[in-house]
Amino acid sequence: MAKEKAVIRTDLTRFQWTLLEIRKHKVAYLMIAPFFILFTLFTVIPVVLSLLLSFTNFNMLEFPSFVFLDNYIRLFLDDDVFILAIKNTLKFAAVTGPGSYLLSLLFAWFINELRPKIRSIVTLIFYAPSISGNVYLIWTYFFSSDSYGLVNAWGMELGLLDEPVLWFQDTKYIFTLCCLVALWTSLGTSFLTNIAGFQTVDTALYEAGAVDGVKNRWQELYYITLPMMRPQMMLGAILSITGAFGFGAIISALVGFPSPNYAAHTIMHHLEDYGNQRYEMGYASAIATLLFLMMIGCNLLVNRILRKIGT
Amino acid sequence: MLENARNKVKAAYRKHQTNRVQFKRSVNRSAGGDIGIYILLFIFGFFMFLPMVYSIVQSLKPLDEIFVFPPRFFVINPTLDNFRDLFRTMSESWVPFSRYVFNTIFISVVGTMGNVLLSSYAAYALAKIPFPGRNFLFRAVQYSLMFNATVTAISNFIIMSALGWVDTYLAVIVPAFCTSFGLYLMKQFMETSVRDDVLESARLEGASENKIFWKIAMPMVKPAWATLILFAFKDLWASGANLFIYSEQLKTLNYAISQLVTAGIQRTGVSAASTVFMMVVPILVFIISQNNVIQTMSSAGMKD
Repeated sequence: MAKEKAVIRTDLTRFQWTLLEIRKHKVAYLMIAPFFILFTLFTVIPVVLSLLLSFTNFNMLEFPSFVFLDNYIRLFLDDDVFILAIKNTLKFAAVTGPGSYLLSLLFAWFINELRPKIRSIVTLIFYAPSISGNVYLIWTYFFSSDSYGLVNAWGMELGLLDEPVLWFQDTKYIFTLCCLVALWTSLGTSFLTNIAGFQTVDTALYEAGAVDGVKNRWQELYYITLPMMRPQMMLGAILSITGAFGFGAIISALVGFPSPNYAAHTIMHHLEDYGNQRYEMGYASAIATLLFLMMIGCNLLVNRILRKIGT
Repeated sequence: MLENARNKVKAAYRKHQTNRVQFKRSVNRSAGGDIGIYILLFIFGFFMFLPMVYSIVQSLKPLDEIFVFPPRFFVINPTLDNFRDLFRTMSESWVPFSRYVFNTIFISVVGTMGNVLLSSYAAYALAKIPFPGRNFLFRAVQYSLMFNATVTAISNFIIMSALGWVDTYLAVIVPAFCTSFGLYLMKQFMETSVRDDVLESARLEGASENKIFWKIAMPMVKPAWATLILFAFKDLWASGANLFIYSEQLKTLNYAISQLVTAGIQRTGVSAASTVFMMVVPILVFIISQNNVIQTMSSAGMKD
C-alpha cells in the first residue's frame, strides 16, 4: 500500500500510469466482464454487423456478397412501400413520442399533488396498461367492426353512426386508433421516472420560493420543480423516444400485418417483412441501420434541446 | 472484522429509510386548483382504467352474455367458466399446460436472477472502483438506451445461429442477462446510496472487493434489486412467440395462449380469461415493489 502511494502521477508517462491503474484495479475488470461480454455479443456486435451486412447481399445460406450501396439505393429509389413506411414511422413517432412524454410529465405532476396512499393507487392505475402484456387487444373488442362492438353499438344507439364502422380496417381511422392505443400503453418507465423526479425536489425549496415571490403552482413548477428534476426529464425523454419507435408489435396485433393498404406500415414492419419472411438479410440490415440512425438522431437532437431549456 | 462497517451500513440504511420524502406541502396551493387536478385525474384515470376493467368483466361473462345484442358493458351473471375452460383446453393440448407454465416461470426466474446479478456486479465496479475505461463503458451503455431491440433483431438471429443456441432456452435467457437499462439504474443508485467512506473503511480493514460487494454494497441497494426484478420479470413473463424457439416443448405460456386466442370467435371468453391471467402477475409484482421502484428511479436521472 505504502509503496503504491509513493508513486506520483508526474513521475510516469500517461501510458505507464494507466497500466499501473489497470493492474491495481484488476478485480474491477473481472466484475464487469460477464456483463460487458454479453453486452458486446448482443448489442455492440449486432449494430456493427448490421452496418456491415447492409452493404451486402445475404440470404443466410451463401456467404454474403458485397454490393456496396445497392441496398440503400434500392430502398430509396425502388421501394415505394419503404418511403411510405418512413412517413408512417415519423408520423407515428411524432405523435406518440412527445405525446407520451408530455402525458407522463403532466400526470406525474398531478399525482405528486396527492397524498401518499392515494398516490400509490393512482400511479398503479396509470402504469398498469404498460405492464399488462397483450391487454391492449381489448381495444379490438371496443372497436369491433360489427354491431357487437361497444363503440359501434353505442354510436348507433345515440344516432352518431348509421351503420357499423370497420374501425381497424378503415384507413381513415387506423392511424388515430393506433396512436390512441399506443399512448394508452405508453405511460411506462418514463412515467415512473417523472413521478420519482417530482419527489426528489427538496420541499424546503418550495418554502424558500414562496418567500421569494412564487405565487402559484404553475410558477412553482416552472421556476423550481422542472429545473430541479432535469436529470429525470432527460432520461424520461430518451425512454419515450425509444419507445415511440417500438410500437410495431401493437400495430400488427391491432390491424394485422401487413396493414390494410399499408396504412400503418412502419419501418419496424418493413424490417420484419424482409428479415423474418423473405430472408433478405442484407436488405433488412440496411433497414435496421437506417432505423438505428433515426433513433439515435432523434435522441441526440431532443437531448440537446432539453439541455438548452434547462440553462 | 467487518462488524464495524456493517453497523455503519445499517445506521445509514435506517437513516435513509426514515428520510424518505415526506408529504408536507401547503404553500402556494389553491383549493380551486386542487379540485381541478382531482377532476382531470379522475377523468383520465377513468379512461385509463376502463379497458382494464372491461378485460376483467369480459373474462367473467358466460358465453351467452358475450354474444348478447345489443352488447352490454357489465356482466349480469359472473362466472369463472372461462378460467376453467382455459385450463381445461390447455391441458388437452399436445404439450401439457404445465410445460408452458414451467417454461415461462423457468425463463422468467433464471433470466431475472442473472440480470440482477450481472448488472449489480458491473454497476458496483463502474460506480465505486476508479478503473481506467469506466467512463467509456458507461457512455456506451447510455447510448444503447437510445435504440431498441428491433435494430439488433436481424443480427441477433445470425449470432444465435452461429452460437448454435437456436431452439434452446439459452437464446431467450442469456440476452436477458445484460439489459443496459438494468445496469444503468443499478449504477446510478449505487452511486448515490452506497457511501464511499464505508467502503473505504472496509478496504482499509483488508476486505476484498468481492466481499465488500456482497456484505456492504448489495444490502444497501435493496430498492434497486426490487426495481430490476420488476423490469426484467415483466419483459420475460410476456415473452411470447420467440424467433429463436421452434420446439413446442420450449414455447412459453404467452405463446400458447396467443395460439389459443386465434382459434376463433367461440374462444372469446377464454381469450379474455387468459389476458387477465397474464396481466395479474406483473401487476402484483409492481404492487409489491412500487415504493422501491420510485425510490430507485429518483436516483436514475441523466446527468450531463
